Amino acid sequence: MLQNTTSVPDKHGKFGPYGGQFVPETLMPAIEELIQAYDDARNDPAFMAEFDYLLKSYVGRPSPISHAKRLSAALGGAQIYLKREDLNHSGAHKINNALGQALLAKRMGKQRIVAETGAGQHGVGSATACALLGLECIVYMGSVDIARQQPNVYRMKLLGAEVVPVESGSKTLKDAINEAIRDWVTNVDSTHYLLGSVLGPHPYPMMVRDFQSIIGIEAREQLLNEVGRLPDTIIACVGGGSNAMGIFHAFREDEAVDLIGVEAGGEGIASGKHAARFADLAISRIGVLHGTKSYVMQTPDGQIMETHSISAGLDYPSVGPEHALLRDQERAGYTYATDEEALAAFQTLCKTEGIIPALESSHAMAEAIKRAPTMRPDQIILVNLSGRGDKDLDTVMRALAL
Amino acid sequence: MTNTFETKNGRSHIAAAFAQAQETQSAALMPYFTLGFPDRATSLDVVEAIAPYSDLIELGVPFSDPLADGPTIQRSTQIALENGTTTADCLAMVRELRLRGVDKPFLLMGYYNPILAYGIETYVRDAAAAGADGFIVPDLPPEEADEFEQAAQAADLVLIPFLAPTSNPERIATIAPKAQGFIYLVSVAGVTGARSQVQSDLGEFVARVREYARVPLAVGFGIGTPEQAAKVGALADGVIVGSALVSVADKAEAKSEAAGAFVASLQAGLKKG
Ligand SMILES: Cc1ncc(COP(=O)(O)O)c(C=O)c1O
Repeated sequence: MLQNTTSVPDKHGKFGPYGGQFVPETLMPAIEELIQAYDDARNDPAFMAEFDYLLKSYVGRPSPISHAKRLSAALGGAQIYLKREDLNHSGAHKINNALGQALLAKRMGKQRIVAETGAGQHGVGSATACALLGLECIVYMGSVDIARQQPNVYRMKLLGAEVVPVESGSKTLKDAINEAIRDWVTNVDSTHYLLGSVLGPHPYPMMVRDFQSIIGIEAREQLLNEVGRLPDTIIACVGGGSNAMGIFHAFREDEAVDLIGVEAGGEGIASGKHAARFADLAISRIGVLHGTKSYVMQTPDGQIMETHSISAGLDYPSVGPEHALLRDQERAGYTYATDEEALAAFQTLCKTEGIIPALESSHAMAEAIKRAPTMRPDQIILVNLSGRGDKDLDTVMRALAL
Repeated sequence: MTNTFETKNGRSHIAAAFAQAQETQSAALMPYFTLGFPDRATSLDVVEAIAPYSDLIELGVPFSDPLADGPTIQRSTQIALENGTTTADCLAMVRELRLRGVDKPFLLMGYYNPILAYGIETYVRDAAAAGADGFIVPDLPPEEADEFEQAAQAADLVLIPFLAPTSNPERIATIAPKAQGFIYLVSVAGVTGARSQVQSDLGEFVARVREYARVPLAVGFGIGTPEQAAKVGALADGVIVGSALVSVADKAEAKSEAAGAFVASLQAGLKKG
């Protein structure tokens, strides 16, 4: 079942000072309708049963946890466990939310889905869910991302989605979201915007978190059953922040469990070429982007900055509002891994565990590799392995000049 | 003519402009132009050239991610940013236009993030001092507008609310009666940009809002020809033309002349009798 045990957001979609609904009037009625429809759906046992059934029979949930024994031994510290979202059908955690929202769209009578994608995983997840449920799917994707995530572009097309290249601005995820919102505002009566992370106007940050919260619910139970205890530390990468919220949420009240989000450090903070919204407070300040208030990388004049990461899925100038609140409350801590560290972690996981992780997830792995040796062997780090790396082979081959 | 030395900027300036337009026109004409496009000097010349045929003027303050705008205005704001146009500079341009004798009400159209970066109160205060009359902030719905509204009210400037064809009766009933200045009616669900036809149910939408409104209703989005302006002018109190003007200026060699002639033709379409 969806978990919504916390008091945030409030009914205006505020996570403390963050969140909200900063969208044009044309969209406000659609957002009100979505809030109502989601509220009805999550209280409807039939809807929840269908969602659960598809997660089991189609996505392959529960995803297992794997004890990374060789890696843990090599690092000589904490035991590293991996939550295997890479084993989900379509290759990442993104499918959990895509299915939830596609089911909801269908229930709302919306036959047309628009989505944005960076790495292509959310695009693939959306295209997959739409194929399964018989919905039309249009995916907006920056042309820079199309070039670096080709395999996912082919996948989306094979799944029957239309992939629309976005040439405006930095031609990456933020621009794809602009175009998806422009499409939504134009076709709002027939169309649901299937937003892929805990971003955007209320109710998206809450709804996407809820649909992803299955990750933490399962992992918590699995660790208790298989190891007999909770982890000491949970680590997840943070693009918009959906896989991180998904695994954090069920552990929110377990105060002894450290929650760590890992942003994209790109070529290093000093270079300015990164997407570490919480690490570089000189250029990242509270602002409004894509309908929500949170930390935003921007110029002194309030223009949104271009970001950089080797992983398309983390290459975004803002971050989910609930993460901003968790950070203020010191319930979660945030750090970053550079492109280089992520690439090294990528290779390490391949060689020690036989798992090819997504470059996004490799950022979380990099932090686990840094931390494990500082911890005792009887301690546990749980890493959210948010996706698999098939889509990244070209990028990695080029970066390593293989 | 209204005179900035006698008429206070803000609410009363806007009300006077609508009232005065009504004497000779079916509706007030409010062109939009992007400050800093295609460059600083030219944008000032364009605004000066269109002013004699305009009743109010909407001035675009560029933002990197204008999600309510179509390709024409997107491109113009992107070029303005590439030219180094900043929010502070836009306010300086407002002041220069006033010094050049342009006395029509100015509505600053800009997205919320640059305003937050500038500081809400400072922005409103500096805009008032520069000679602006009101604000149009497309990504700031009434639900989020309290702070901005209070700041604007304190300076006697107005924040213009939007209503759209999708706005349901409850939203119309809560937003319209509280509106100050005028209400910006979005003619179609969508982004800015010229369209080939005026929505056939526009009259019905205007009528629905009019039941609750105590201020003029101006219609924008997709109006690009004198014929369309005339059609909309027959239904509403104001006609807003943006993308079409930007693209006329963009294509012309002599930009301010072309812009002036185009706005004159729009005004002719609105003339009574
Ligand atoms: C595998 C994978 N992990 C993580 C992310 C980052 O998104 P989020 O922070 O919302 O989990 C993406 C985004 O595309 C992804 O594909």
